[in-house]
Amino acid sequence: MSLNNSIFKTDGEVKSPRNAYGETLVELGEKNKDIVVLDADLSCSTQTCKFASKYPERFFNSGIAEQDMMTTAAGLAIAGKIPFVSTFAMFATARCLDQIRNSICYPKLNVKIVATHGGITVGEDGASHQALEDVSFMRSLPDMTVIIPSDYNEVKQAVKYALEVDGPCYIRVSRTNLKTIFDENNYKFDPKKAVKLTEGSDVTIVTNGETLIEALNAAKMLEKDGIKAEVLHIPVIKPFFAKEDLIDSVKKTRRVVTVENHSIIGGVGSLVCETLSENYPAPVLRIGTNDCFGQSGEQRVLMEHYGLTAEKLYEKIKKFLNK
Amino acid sequence: MIKNCGFEDFTKTVRQDILKMICTAKSGHPGGSLSCVEILSVLYREILNVPKEWKKSPYFDKRDRFILSKGHASACLYSVLARSGFFNPDELLTFRKFGSRLQGHPSVRYGLEGIEASTGSLGQGLSMAAGVALALKLDKNPAQVYVLMGDGEMQEGSVWEALMSIAHKKLDNITAIVDKNNLQIDGCCDDVKSLGDLDKKFEAFGFYVQTVDGHCEDELKKALLNTKKSPKPSAIIANTIKGKGVSFMENNAGWHGKAPKEEELQAAMEELK
Repeated sequence: MSLNNSIFKTDGEVKSPRNAYGETLVELGEKNKDIVVLDADLSCSTQTCKFASKYPERFFNSGIAEQDMMTTAAGLAIAGKIPFVSTFAMFATARCLDQIRNSICYPKLNVKIVATHGGITVGEDGASHQALEDVSFMRSLPDMTVIIPSDYNEVKQAVKYALEVDGPCYIRVSRTNLKTIFDENNYKFDPKKAVKLTEGSDVTIVTNGETLIEALNAAKMLEKDGIKAEVLHIPVIKPFFAKEDLIDSVKKTRRVVTVENHSIIGGVGSLVCETLSENYPAPVLRIGTNDCFGQSGEQRVLMEHYGLTAEKLYEKIKKFLNK
Repeated sequence: MIKNCGFEDFTKTVRQDILKMICTAKSGHPGGSLSCVEILSVLYREILNVPKEWKKSPYFDKRDRFILSKGHASACLYSVLARSGFFNPDELLTFRKFGSRLQGHPSVRYGLEGIEASTGSLGQGLSMAAGVALALKLDKNPAQVYVLMGDGEMQEGSVWEALMSIAHKKLDNITAIVDKNNLQIDGCCDDVKSLGDLDKKFEAFGFYVQTVDGHCEDELKKALLNTKKSPKPSAIIANTIKGKGVSFMENNAGWHGKAPKEEELQAAMEELK
């Protein structure tokens, strides 16, 4: 496994996944002149501003009009362009779900939606801006590819992979700066695989995005108690190529915990339950927001309140295994 | 394909097709299909530069684009395309049937020649047209983009977002046509939610606006030719009659989405002889 060696150090490298997106867009835009970028007045937050300043003729700010932006992207794709569309996850999905469904997915257009600010880690802005259902919305759409990368280096590769996909993609990019988990030079993003970060025999922890680092830390704490957790990171949850990887792991561990910065309805937790109940039934504990709205607060305070920090995961998993 | 036929004969055939298709399918939208027969006929016969060989044509990339934002008028579009030679008119009676390329609302998934965009969920065609127009400008492609909306459809907020974008981005290669038949499913647009002075609203948004009789070939043609010269994005408000051509359907909201029964079809055909 090509992991960064400073993951568990408190002073380990921390980088902005949004910067990774912005930088990758510039890099890809240089080679591929068909790439165009759209944003809805949030280009500094999403980091599409980098592309905008380098290629102003290929950047379109829709203003605060996400529905128009999404369908304009559809039109650009109809005419052969490859649009990357960005805004916060709340507005990129909920606000224009009909546009994404009918004008992008139904005609299977080559539109890449890269949304930042998913989950409760949006923090102080509160529930109105904390998308806890975006993955659920996108996962239910036919022909949509859904990717939730976990650090700066993986975002870069995920964006490049999205460009290779012939059809619509949704990438959820964290607002929070994240510990670098994957080694810049040796990690190779593989959409077909579940990335096994730890070997274990007692429980499988399935996660992606911002909660991967928390799951890894929780696994380390469990290890001290003699519990061997197998941490599976599944960045591409739709199409779900890594089904066999999940089943193989659960055959060994027999129990599963899913962890996501999202509602337990419709995201990774649902994916795992749907897959296992049809193929290899096993007890599952879903950890995420429990069918509720978020609220204002500092990121770590919210992570703790909703039970997503390593310590909280450790407690919940222990309880689940002792049942 | 109707070779060298006159405009009136062409539109008569299209109206007959629409009614037969909807009657055979036992579902569809006669009112709004009949109101835009002249608009689509003028576009495809006299304005749009689109190769009938469709994707096989070496000039495909240079084609003008048409987006039927009011996708429920699909029967009209399918008939005009078939009668203009895009595909065999025998296929028209598969409309809305299982396995047909002629879906209830236009879809690009089924490879039907002439279909540019999947539409049907109202209020989206104009933004789509804006995207196409932006791409054409980036590619320095002189092709024009035409989009047909219903007047009821103008109640969708996203239409006004699109109007703002099109004016802001100076997309003079767009012509937005409104099939203003004054009716929507629940009744008169003015009763459901008034559109106010549509022409003044378009003008305020920065459009070059023309108002025409949407059933008059000459007026439509003249207005559509004018738009090519305009340095602004264009809007054409085409005043039409919902259900035009069939006396018992005209100006009757009840025929928005109802199929004629066999005897009603026969009565309509008598009128369209």
